[in-house]
Amino acid sequence: MKAFKIILLSLFALVIIIPLIAVIFTTFKSTTEVFANILGVPESFRFDNYVSIFVDQPMARYFMNSVIVTLFSVTFTIFFASLIAYAITRMFGWIGVVFFSLFTLGMMVPAQVNMIPLYQLVFDLGLTNSLLGLILVNISVTMPVAIFIMSGFMKSIPKTLFEAARIDGASEWKMYRKIAIPLSIPSIAATSIFLFVMHWNDLLYPLLFITKNEYKTLPLALLEFQGEYATNYPMLFTGVLIASAPMVLAYLFLQRYFIEGVTAGAVKG
Amino acid sequence: MNFRKNKSLFLFLLPGLILYSIFFIVPTINAVIYSFTDWDGLSPDFNVVGFDNYINIVTNDSIFLKAFVNNIKFMLFVLIFQTVFSLIFAMFLIKNTKTNIFLRALYFFPTILSSVSVAFIWTFIYDPSIGVLNTVLDSINLGFLKQSWLGNQDLAIFSVAVTQVWFHTGQMLIIFVAGLQAIPKDLYEVADMEGARKWDRFRFVTWPMIAPSATIVMAYTTIQSFKAFDLIFAMTRGGPNYSTEILATLIYSTAFRSFEFGYASAQSVIFMIVIALITVAQFRLLRASRVQE
Repeated sequence: MKAFKIILLSLFALVIIIPLIAVIFTTFKSTTEVFANILGVPESFRFDNYVSIFVDQPMARYFMNSVIVTLFSVTFTIFFASLIAYAITRMFGWIGVVFFSLFTLGMMVPAQVNMIPLYQLVFDLGLTNSLLGLILVNISVTMPVAIFIMSGFMKSIPKTLFEAARIDGASEWKMYRKIAIPLSIPSIAATSIFLFVMHWNDLLYPLLFITKNEYKTLPLALLEFQGEYATNYPMLFTGVLIASAPMVLAYLFLQRYFIEGVTAGAVKG
Repeated sequence: MNFRKNKSLFLFLLPGLILYSIFFIVPTINAVIYSFTDWDGLSPDFNVVGFDNYINIVTNDSIFLKAFVNNIKFMLFVLIFQTVFSLIFAMFLIKNTKTNIFLRALYFFPTILSSVSVAFIWTFIYDPSIGVLNTVLDSINLGFLKQSWLGNQDLAIFSVAVTQVWFHTGQMLIIFVAGLQAIPKDLYEVADMEGARKWDRFRFVTWPMIAPSATIVMAYTTIQSFKAFDLIFAMTRGGPNYSTEILATLIYSTAFRSFEFGYASAQSVIFMIVIALITVAQFRLLRASRVQE
């Protein structure tokens, strides 16, 4: 049994590690070298592919676009959703329930349903090929899950804290800032990471709204490398590595929070 | 008093509510409205066709049916393998030792990658001429198993499903580990005192106690496999010959390749109903499994 366990665990570890190492090695190879030696160590660790991808492609632009879209989307989703979660938990009676349902029902609507009208709306607003359009849509579609996670957390804050603050004459805004937010930091952190991963990796909305290189985010740019580089795996994987680097680095340092965050979305959503 | 108190709270709702209404609620309602028209997305005018789109989809759309069947195949494959693997690995890795924490983090790793990156990695593995999988098969004298993994129409959907399992097993494992760690130790002690064998321990203690986590894992896996748009789009675009087309990718191509906005909207409404039914069923299951506790 023990041997069986070790074999199974190592096998699965290899199934994860080998492709990842192959990706890293391939970025240092030429196409002919990949053909000759698919999994092996590269002849030398030269950065030709990294140089040429930045020369051939506006990689820095794509990278910046991804950073801008992700940062703004996450920040504003968290801000708006935490305000709403606070209001819902503080509202009396059925009004809070109605708003809670209105927002969380959104989690049941798959992206493919509103994508066609959204495409039209973004076009009509003149927001096609703009990062602003992408950010506004991102905020709107991820608010439901963020509200769901955060309001669950805020409900567990003892009511007496708010009552005491109220007697001292605190306004709702002050209670939101001084009580609700500081006490919800764990759920805000988990939700932020969940959203970071989601927005950084998103393909559908850039695919719908962006056609100009100037405004492409990394996943969309990568997707189009497929057409350009076909089976030129060294170039494709160099792109993959650059696109994944920020998430991988963050994961190395914030592992526990990543695991909690990404799983919070799953369990609660 | 209550109303006044709520009034100031309405201001908190405002910014989010405005965005959510414009970019979520109104488009969702519009999708339903479009679904009763023959709009092509380009011309300014269209006709209201009533339930024609829906009738066509149900009675006369072999590709929609194929995508639906593919969706079910994909879902069942992922559901079975992902749940079994993640549960077995979670039981192996339940203790918080250094090695176990490392392995959990390693298995979880693919989850943080983008679907496009994962699609590229697996296209490389499946590549019929230089691919890793065929090369490995050759080197261990199993060359006769070599395949065009994404080109073979009977096989392609399962090849994509394997990728999905690789992608998300680590995430489900974490949910199971949390569920397993919450089982009180004395339950096992009682089982041991009663002389329970390993299998009995699993059958009568572990399984009933993790039923809620299992429901969450299975429900999430199901929904995830209906929404696997990014991965399939980046890997195969639904091809060859619709053999990896799932509902999500089909709706996209109906809308943005064939420009049948009205018809695609009707497909998407049916898609939404399917997802809603599954979600309701999973909540029922979840409640039932909680009652058993």
